[in-house]
Amino acid sequence: MASQSEVIDRLRATFRSGVTFPEQFRMTQLQSLLSLVEENEQLIQDALHKDLHKPKFETVLSEIQITLNDLYFAMENLRTWMQPEYNIGKNLATRMDDCFIRREPLGVVLIIGAWNYPLHLILLPLVAAIAAGNCAILKPSEICQATEQLLAELIPKYLSQDCYAVLCGGAEDTKSLLKNKFDHIFYTGSQVVARSILLAAAPHLTPVTLELGGKSPCFIYGHIDIQKAAKRLCWSKFFNTGQSCVAPDYVLCTAQTRDALLPALRETLRTFYGPDPGASLDMGRIVTPRHWRRLMDMLEKSKGKVVIGGESREEDRYIAPTVLVDVQESDALMQEEIFGPILPILTIESLEEGIDYINRQEKPLALYVFSDETSVVTTVLNNTSSGGFCGNDGIVHMALPGLPFGGVGASGMGSYHGRWGFETFSHRRGCMNRSWLLERVNVLRYPPYSDYNLGWLRWATTFKKNSWGGCSVM
Amino acid sequence: MEMQVVQRARETFLTGKSRPLEFRVQQLKSLQRMITDRQGEIATALKQDINRSQYDTPLLELIGLENEISLAVSKLAQWAAPRPVEKSLLTIRDQVYIQPEPLGVVLIIGAWNYPWALTLQPLVGAIAAGNAAVVKPSELSEYSASLLKALLPRYLDQELYPVVCGGVSETQELLRQRFDHIFYTGNSTVGKLVMEAAARHLTPVTLELGGKSPCYIDKDVDLRVACRRITWGKFVNCGQTCIAPDYILCEPSIQNRVVEGIRQTLLEFYGPDPKSSPDYGRIINQRHFNRVMALLDGYTAALGGQSDSSQRYIAPTVVKDVPPHARLMQEEIFGPLLPIVTVSDIDDAIHFISEREKPLAIYVFSSNKKVIKRMLAETTSGGVTVNDVMMHYTLNSLPFGGVGQSGTGRYHGKHTFDQLSHHRACLVKSLGM
Repeated sequence: MASQSEVIDRLRATFRSGVTFPEQFRMTQLQSLLSLVEENEQLIQDALHKDLHKPKFETVLSEIQITLNDLYFAMENLRTWMQPEYNIGKNLATRMDDCFIRREPLGVVLIIGAWNYPLHLILLPLVAAIAAGNCAILKPSEICQATEQLLAELIPKYLSQDCYAVLCGGAEDTKSLLKNKFDHIFYTGSQVVARSILLAAAPHLTPVTLELGGKSPCFIYGHIDIQKAAKRLCWSKFFNTGQSCVAPDYVLCTAQTRDALLPALRETLRTFYGPDPGASLDMGRIVTPRHWRRLMDMLEKSKGKVVIGGESREEDRYIAPTVLVDVQESDALMQEEIFGPILPILTIESLEEGIDYINRQEKPLALYVFSDETSVVTTVLNNTSSGGFCGNDGIVHMALPGLPFGGVGASGMGSYHGRWGFETFSHRRGCMNRSWLLERVNVLRYPPYSDYNLGWLRWATTFKKNSWGGCSVM
Repeated sequence: MEMQVVQRARETFLTGKSRPLEFRVQQLKSLQRMITDRQGEIATALKQDINRSQYDTPLLELIGLENEISLAVSKLAQWAAPRPVEKSLLTIRDQVYIQPEPLGVVLIIGAWNYPWALTLQPLVGAIAAGNAAVVKPSELSEYSASLLKALLPRYLDQELYPVVCGGVSETQELLRQRFDHIFYTGNSTVGKLVMEAAARHLTPVTLELGGKSPCYIDKDVDLRVACRRITWGKFVNCGQTCIAPDYILCEPSIQNRVVEGIRQTLLEFYGPDPKSSPDYGRIINQRHFNRVMALLDGYTAALGGQSDSSQRYIAPTVVKDVPPHARLMQEEIFGPLLPIVTVSDIDDAIHFISEREKPLAIYVFSSNKKVIKRMLAETTSGGVTVNDVMMHYTLNSLPFGGVGQSGTGRYHGKHTFDQLSHHRACLVKSLGM
């Protein structure tokens, strides 16, 4: 069994040989990754069911399909993405020059996956890393053992073993892995671990992308079709048993809206999972006993009133879709990201009150507003910040390849999906190819200096409102 | 004290004062006025700090800064507007766009070699993006730092854009506070400390660092023009430029002609005695003077080599046949010493460069398209200028920044605005479908 450093050295040597640079190579690897997913759907579904009790429907939608879509998108656009960018503003002094931006691979990157979507959270960054011409080390979450083992088995079977490697292990192994130098680290997970990753990256000056989380608020306000809102809210909240970084964490609404919302939620949940969600095949489970315990503790400590659900079963880590009302800011449920099928409803008297509350917290990964009123949506958008925003639905904004997916502040830094992933794993190199001509203009910048030359140079290089860009001598 | 300054900036930011576009434009125009009105004082401060000639100041710092401000004022509405995103069949009736938003309070740590450009250009982007910013100029360029501290509050909003002066301990105190972005220009040693401090608060950083920027001269090239351009770039600001050509790589057969080309150019630029030329600078302080002189230990200069410690003067110096293991080749020189390392051909040159840390800039002088293509394809660096030096810095539509040890992030023009904004992905659906 090769040691961590042996693996990293091998990948680094491969990278230096330049084999990952040509478009053809990247395409071939992406194609192989596509085959990996397409040919092993059943195995993937089984692994995810074993690890997370994930219903097949969810696995296909949120793990397999999203990965396939990102692959198709990358393969279709790879050539365009790889082209040097010529269409940038030039000016008087550089008119004769060739100016362009190249996208270049970074080197050997480290991708650390998470346990809630163990497949796509590690494969989507891999797609981007391959497309950008890098070598990559994958470190899947050890919490999802079946998926981890499947990745460790399949990746070397389909992808070039000299360029991409899977390293498994727990916290200690990750710590020692982080002592090595990488050219980029892509981490999905918690804020606590994120800090230690940044601290490990600092001595190597390694750039880092952090996809974290937070409490994503959900406004339901003003004129609204409460039935439709309830459906979309339930879907995004209870998908994957609430264990999504962009799940609506809690609801903010007026007492009136709440009273209309509750029966709508009850009805929706009954339609989704039947009278006993614990018996429904479409309801997932909490990932580990430890996480189940964490959620139960929060629920027990909460001073809110359970109005829907509340049932639980330790043996299979089941928690029913649960809704609480009369939850205050200081409640146990409002101190950390819930990451489970528990939905607190906080009552507000005005939109401003809700906005003030949100702004007192850390910037969330996502922010949701359900409302027919444009002014409500606009007010919230203009007065808050979040990684991403979705009006009148939940989660789906992250499935659009044209939108960057990432956090801000405590919810993360950097972004990916589609072209954004490609840019994340690339270096944008500014290039200027100067003409040998125009040396007589160049002369203006050389010593011995004079007012005369300076005057002309100033004129030639000052930004003029209608030109594309500015230039200076320095 | 630092904590209160940051606190106040944050409180003011939270009132929303810095967000309206009119406010940002007004602040930028005011900054423009400061530079125009106070040019003389700025030039004097720079002369005292680093013996900068009165021409180099507008040339090297102020014109660029003014252009950045004009560009930002002119384009701000465009930059700050929602950016539409390609829609799919499923989202055809929805609004899908990216909204640039301010981050909050940005910390800008400036450098001493171009104290105005390198401190204020990031500030232009910070203001344009709607942020508050704490400005920490380098204490090594002390006259510029004091002048900035006196001037900025007279032109810009005092709460939103405070200036904090001081040395290591003040900087450390600042770094303990929480910021929404830290923009640092300087060396990689401190860069690592900045990143470490930022880690505690999960703060994203932009690090504009340095390194040894190689300059390859192909043998079939107009050496007269090449040497002139290289000489200008190397010795301007007395070599204290992050993107100065640090060392030359060339074949042994042209080495002497290169030296001769540089010698002739130096004569043209600074006369027979550069010490008495008003256009030649000085080393910033005694410590750096000693550091640079120590690099020459054991080597005989082919050109120059003279120095005067009392003036912190080092003559424009060229050293031939420098071995790769020499001290001269281990750290960024950041001074007027130009080593020439001989390589056998382009393969050798590429190999030499690739073995080393990724530099901030690479320069290649060649008339051969294949050579240029190979140098671009087989190396990496922050940026590149072919057949000249440093000029890629001057076009603000090109992103300026390092990679690997030379830095992370990029700026100039719209890139600064983007770097200091959060790009919020927005999807607004109708409940209809």
